[in-house]
Amino acid sequence: MARHHVSTNVNGDNVEFLCDTEQSLLDCLRNELHMTGTKEGCGTGDCGACSVMLDGRLVCSCLVLGVEVEGKEIQTIEGMAQGDELHPLQRNFLDHAALQCGICTPGFLIAARALLERNPDPTETEVRFWLAGNLCRCTGYDKIVRAVMDTAAELRANA
Amino acid sequence: MDEMRFEQPTSVNAAVKLLTGAQGVAKVLNGGTDLLVQMRADVVAPNLIVDIKKIAEMKVIRKEKGGFRIGASVSGAELGEHPELPKVWPGVVEATELIGSTQVQGRATMVGNLCNASPGADSVPAMIAAGALAAIAGPNGKREVPVEQIPVSPGRTSLAKGEFVTSIFLPKRAKKSGDAYLRFIPRTEMDIAVVGCGISLSLDKSGTVTAARVALGAVAPTALLVEDAANAIIGTKLDDSALDALAAAASAACRPIDDKRGTKEFRIKIAGVLARRVALIARDRALQN
Repeated sequence: MARHHVSTNVNGDNVEFLCDTEQSLLDCLRNELHMTGTKEGCGTGDCGACSVMLDGRLVCSCLVLGVEVEGKEIQTIEGMAQGDELHPLQRNFLDHAALQCGICTPGFLIAARALLERNPDPTETEVRFWLAGNLCRCTGYDKIVRAVMDTAAELRANA
Repeated sequence: MDEMRFEQPTSVNAAVKLLTGAQGVAKVLNGGTDLLVQMRADVVAPNLIVDIKKIAEMKVIRKEKGGFRIGASVSGAELGEHPELPKVWPGVVEATELIGSTQVQGRATMVGNLCNASPGADSVPAMIAAGALAAIAGPNGKREVPVEQIPVSPGRTSLAKGEFVTSIFLPKRAKKSGDAYLRFIPRTEMDIAVVGCGISLSLDKSGTVTAARVALGAVAPTALLVEDAANAIIGTKLDDSALDALAAAASAACRPIDDKRGTKEFRIKIAGVLARRVALIARDRALQN
């Protein structure tokens, strides 16, 4: 059987790729579309490094088949900065040193943006629960949580 | 390796036909949060994957006979965002929302949780307590069974070849009814139940329990409906002696294993502790409606 031909939309661009049934969306993003910003951590949905938005829902791209995304809209870390201008979350992650090795960072940024889009004024507890599916082995989370809280405050002040 | 065929039927009948006619291993793909992990671990190597999410009715929650019919592909996130359902069946919704992370909630479903047939599945004791029914489509037509009849042992279901669960039905609620679910885990989030307990109950005007269903998870090969525990509180006002009898009946029903999550003794004890707490939460909710 031939490989599947998938037409989808990534960060506003219509794209096409070929894949086998067993290839995850993560695999297709990285190895078929060569968009390597989305990272593979565990590959089993536990770590959140591969977080993307799929039709407006935060998901682990390792738990979606590539062939499932025909006709869908995907948002990845590559679409977060506008040209040279970083998203406020990206800027605050840098300012707070909320990353060390950086493997978890794209997933945290995508997940944190999803939180702030639905809840512009989260409590620290809400931030920690929302991000419980994103694992970081470097920072101990405090800097990440502070970066997200400060971004929320900044976005509210500018709203 | 054999080719892995992938199909996205748009009707229940087409899905049944594909599953019935499949050669080798056929798997239903719903939220995929268990299936993709199993495929990656080489636990399953399907010859055919049938993605049911293109069947319109799988994605819908609708009112039916005063209750709710929840399509098989409704995710935990969608369940929790429904305007009415979390108020009517808070225990079922809170149990489903305990499954995995925000990311997993975007995909994982109650039906997947049920059909994965893990003894520790969080939504299953809550659904059993609620008296939920699973609607099944298959080569011999449609049938509906209580959800507790779906899992038969860890990882195995009573579904025949060609059959799949199309929806869950949560029945109409009597006035002054409430449900709740609690699980014990050694952390606060993102873990698998050591013991889970779901209880649904109804009260009369005086606050006496007129009907109750008690279910336990992770203490036997499948989630258990514990009638003795329900009988211990029916006709009572959940005074201390009734709660003691409830806890004793819940503990007595456990047939757990020792594993890395907890010992037999611990699980048996905790089942009673949880049942007592869950009954009080369910009662408080019942008093509010």
